[in-house]
Amino acid sequence: MQTLTDEQVQSVKNYAAAMRREIIKMITEAQSGHPGGSLSIADVVALLYDVEMNASPQDPHNPDRDRLVLSKGHAAPAIYAALALKGYFPIAELGGLRKIGRLLQGHPDMKHIPGIDMSTGSLGQGVSASCGIAIAGKLDHKDFRVFTIMGDGEQEEGQVWEAAMLAAHYKLDNLTAFLDNNGLQIDGKIDEVMCPEPLPDKWRAFGWHVIEVNGHDVQELHQAVCEAKTIKGKPTMIIMHTVKGKGVPEMENQAGWHGKAPSAEQCAIFLSELEGEQ
Amino acid sequence: MAKATRDAYGEALAELGAVNNDIVVLDADLSASTKTNVFKKAFPDRHFNVGIAEQDLIGVAAGLAATGKIPFASSFAVFATGRAFEQIRNSVCYPRLNVKIAATHAGITVGEDGATHQANEDVAIMRSLPNMSVVVPADAAETKAIIKWAAAYDGPVYIRMGRSKVPDIFDDSYQYTFGKGIVLQDGVDVTLIAMGIMVAKAQEAAKQLEKEGISAAVVNMSTIKPIDAAMITAYAKKTGAVVTCEEHTIMGGLGSAVAEVLGECCPVPLTRVGMNDVFGESGTPDELLVKFGLTAEHIVQAAKAVIARK
Repeated sequence: MQTLTDEQVQSVKNYAAAMRREIIKMITEAQSGHPGGSLSIADVVALLYDVEMNASPQDPHNPDRDRLVLSKGHAAPAIYAALALKGYFPIAELGGLRKIGRLLQGHPDMKHIPGIDMSTGSLGQGVSASCGIAIAGKLDHKDFRVFTIMGDGEQEEGQVWEAAMLAAHYKLDNLTAFLDNNGLQIDGKIDEVMCPEPLPDKWRAFGWHVIEVNGHDVQELHQAVCEAKTIKGKPTMIIMHTVKGKGVPEMENQAGWHGKAPSAEQCAIFLSELEGEQ
Repeated sequence: MAKATRDAYGEALAELGAVNNDIVVLDADLSASTKTNVFKKAFPDRHFNVGIAEQDLIGVAAGLAATGKIPFASSFAVFATGRAFEQIRNSVCYPRLNVKIAATHAGITVGEDGATHQANEDVAIMRSLPNMSVVVPADAAETKAIIKWAAAYDGPVYIRMGRSKVPDIFDDSYQYTFGKGIVLQDGVDVTLIAMGIMVAKAQEAAKQLEKEGISAAVVNMSTIKPIDAAMITAYAKKTGAVVTCEEHTIMGGLGSAVAEVLGECCPVPLTRVGMNDVFGESGTPDELLVKFGLTAEHIVQAAKAVIARK
């Protein structure tokens, strides 16, 4: 099944739109967090939880479930919104993001937050953990899949390439990585701070199957995930060309919105813009 | 019979592998030195060489543990705890994953490789991490017992082992109890608290002291974290003076752990024998132990000095 039905596409789009509104609201409420990179991965996260992943809020620790490791852990609001909207925990918890004594930590915490498969936040570490999960799946002859989402700035971490070598060496074809190639990191454009390009060539050279997609096109993303399932003997890297801050015109392609919270006034404007887009 | 703790580690892993399919072993291109190659030979499907990539070593171990496996990740102590410190902190200790970091080649008895390869701060680094337990076996029998305990214990453990042969202290009937020091010899004038290869040296020092009419208690403190505060306090009260003995910097390791207990619970004179804020150098293990003050004779002198301060 390479093509989603119109109904499926609309469902994912509605889910992603709802996630984007929750992302803006929770970061505004927290007055802290990372909106730009959360908005840029909203579509792929929506697709994964809505269509691709065998995972259920009723049984978040099922050993046979598919896993999602958010290696770019600062985009936690995207995952939190996705999990809350699917019923992993009450939506009201989103208002407690980054607040003391509450559930939702600044970066994903697997020990306390239902649906979080790995604690992440320090860049480069999630992809190694994904490899470990994938190896465990192979050892146990389980057919669950491991998904991991990385940032393009994250590609500057040496550990990413240690893990890239290992995943190819051990033929981890149950591992599919997404690279959120929005072109921006905290200090500016990735090719001006420390250019990691050409990313497709690098991942191919490290022994991965590489697919490039528009990271906001649900149908293209789905086809890439389907293609990854057919690739045997090597892991797949889906490089997603994305727009940082996608969905909020004032935030789009602005490095300044990497780790800044909107004011209450901005929040109202951004939410109306997101309503309009839907 | 003398055997290196790393040799006992390899044997213990292979024995465990036969009874527990969840045991998985990871190494970073040092399996011949860390002795995980013994396990590799017996269970090639459950041994993963990650190459010279210690950060990935720990991260992959974390993922395996998150999926129900019991990974033992091995490298030299300097790389395992230094190169991969933040991976241990954030990917293992923060989520309290069931990863065993079994490091070999700790301390200056690495010898000829010199200062770059001699981990004298690993216990201090690991001890500072929440959720991490730190254990240092004194001989081959204790190593085997500790590896078997670690496999059964649920949570992160750092196990510190050495390259060189150490004398046997225990026999195969030895049972390890997590968090408990072991009194190897009782005494009333001073307490020698030692870890790792320094336990045998402390025993030797106690014999010399006895000849001079000084009664020294000897404690093998194989669990550095959580430290056995009750035993330290009891022996501080009983003997009134303590010497700590470690093949490790005196900052942050066994000496510090004991000083923390004494300072809060029972202040008595303390002298810390260990690496005194210096790097090692190339040389044979025995030459280095003499040069850096880690012999029975140094412990004897420290004991006399600390008794004089009572």
